[in-house]
Amino acid sequence: MTSLMEFKEVDVHYGPIQALKKVSLTVNEGEIVTLIGANGAGKSTLLMSIFGQPRISSGEIIYRGEDISQKSAHYVASNGLAQSPEGRRIFPSMSVEENLLMGTIPIGMDHAEEDMQRMFELFPRLLERRNQRASTMSGGEQQMLAIGRALMSRPKLLLLDEPSLGLAPIIVKQIFQILRDVASSGMTIFLVEQNANHALKLANRGYVMVNGEIRMTGSGQELLVNPEVREAYLGGH
Amino acid sequence: MSQSVGINFKKSSIDALVAGFLALILFGPIVGVLLDGYGFSAEFGRVAWMVAIVVVGRFVMSCFFQTEKGVAMAFRYANNDEGATVLSPNHKSKMVWIIPLVILVGLLVPFVASKYVLTVVILGLIYVLLGLGLNIVVGLAGLLDLGFVGFYAIGAYGLALGYENLGLGFWSMLPIAALLAAFAGAILGFPVLRMHGDYLAIVTLGFGEIIRLILTNWASFTHGPNGVSAPLPTLFGLEFKRRSKDGETFHEFFNLPYDSAYKYMFIYLILFAVVWAVLFIKHRLVKMPIGRAWEALREDEVACRSLGLNHVLVKLSAFMLGASTGGLAGVFFATYQGFVNPSSFTFFESALILAIVVLGGMGSTLGVVIAAFCLTVLPEMLREFAEYRVLMFGILMVVMMIWKPRGIVRVTRTGFAARKGAVK
Repeated sequence: MTSLMEFKEVDVHYGPIQALKKVSLTVNEGEIVTLIGANGAGKSTLLMSIFGQPRISSGEIIYRGEDISQKSAHYVASNGLAQSPEGRRIFPSMSVEENLLMGTIPIGMDHAEEDMQRMFELFPRLLERRNQRASTMSGGEQQMLAIGRALMSRPKLLLLDEPSLGLAPIIVKQIFQILRDVASSGMTIFLVEQNANHALKLANRGYVMVNGEIRMTGSGQELLVNPEVREAYLGGH
Repeated sequence: MSQSVGINFKKSSIDALVAGFLALILFGPIVGVLLDGYGFSAEFGRVAWMVAIVVVGRFVMSCFFQTEKGVAMAFRYANNDEGATVLSPNHKSKMVWIIPLVILVGLLVPFVASKYVLTVVILGLIYVLLGLGLNIVVGLAGLLDLGFVGFYAIGAYGLALGYENLGLGFWSMLPIAALLAAFAGAILGFPVLRMHGDYLAIVTLGFGEIIRLILTNWASFTHGPNGVSAPLPTLFGLEFKRRSKDGETFHEFFNLPYDSAYKYMFIYLILFAVVWAVLFIKHRLVKMPIGRAWEALREDEVACRSLGLNHVLVKLSAFMLGASTGGLAGVFFATYQGFVNPSSFTFFESALILAIVVLGGMGSTLGVVIAAFCLTVLPEMLREFAEYRVLMFGILMVVMMIWKPRGIVRVTRTGFAARKGAVK
């Protein structure tokens, strides 16, 4: 397997505070990789640093053989990285279709119609709501919209930041089922989650982050049965 | 309705008394004390009837809102939720009929209206341009700009100084001034890219003042407070003056008696065309990716970053397009007045343009056009009440904030129609 994205000894500072400490991880092509950790472990920081927000203070982020750590966000996005940010962050007063069209910004409108049809097949709920204002939808639908919007730029690597945040368990299940479908089409997914149970079941490999450091790594199954992980993230049962 | 609608007169009376007391505090010193040389005289009569109007008005209003109709009305206005409504995809806008009608009426105006009415309408159209320009920056991109008058001044002085120093006339300066203003927009835009809300407002406020202070104090170039005269537009080289030093004038060429209204007619017709061009361009832009990007930036900047939106480009384009429209308005203002000086470009103008955008409805084109005419033409029509102009603005603003917080015309979005072969 070839590595699609690789973090090499990445440090990130917020002023005097070090948020990431020598983080190294790899995402191979076609894999689902998850990063789990508690609140404030640095998961979202790691994801945002791919888009240069914040800039890393040392180390390298290699994407398809190129160091992208100092590139601009639009350069990164137009080269096949798409992100569904934490807390969904859809555009509330735009319609569902307009939100999806915003996702085409990195690649232009050439495939917009075709891709929108794909999204509606993937998320039939969005088709029902296509002309509705995004803010009037439920949390789960908004999350679907956020994922759909990210997929509209035809990414090679899909970055997801806590897609289960604030959703009912049954909706979380649905979302993860959709992610499974997306992955089965060959999409590489890097998933940042607090919901370790769902995330590790879905993922091929996982990393556990504690206080800005990678504490553990292994296959999804291994981590799922690891006593330490179970103790910390799965409520010990 | 299950609950019987009885009017609670006690509650209304208390409301009225409270309002009367507040009116007494407000009007007492302002209206009640008349300065007379070094002394002053107390005018209790005027205070009394003003307070009386407030008390009676509040009482009637309070009673009305307890009736069935009043409750329904209050409910309707309270239900003003956030954001735009999405129209159905096959919604046919009535504008298709209204626009040709407005164009037709607009083209007839200069030939039927008196010179005075024409000048008022020209002023209205200039403010429409200004409103449309600021609407891109504030209404669409959500960047609060309090120094918009700076670009207006650049356009106006561009024409006047370009004519004086380089001998460029109206037609060459019209595009050049727009470019100059756009360039100034870029200069202002770069340092404020990282700013939001209040901080942005302060910096842009400073920008507007800097432009005005430069115009006032750089006397060797701008002639300071004395101002500069600006040229009139020409029709294929024909001038609109009484007599011309070089070549023929308009009335000589067409064998007409001289009338100073001709120049206003001509300015009006050009301005009318330019306003429609700007309206058309803006209408298209909003539907293009760049227009969506402006609105996206207003709604959620973090999301825009995660989508890889080039926010430098998007913000600068909003600033530059807004500024160039302001520049165009400035050129027309200068040629219409025939003279510019710095006192036309004070902060009050910026506030007025912002009021147009807010009253019209942020992002709404039609609303801005209506508001621009209301705020420029109404004061002209009510000249007898000129002293109360600012008071009226204030009252208008308060009333709007209560009943139509989203502006005269709320932004609507047209939905997308399902395409051929689409999943249904």
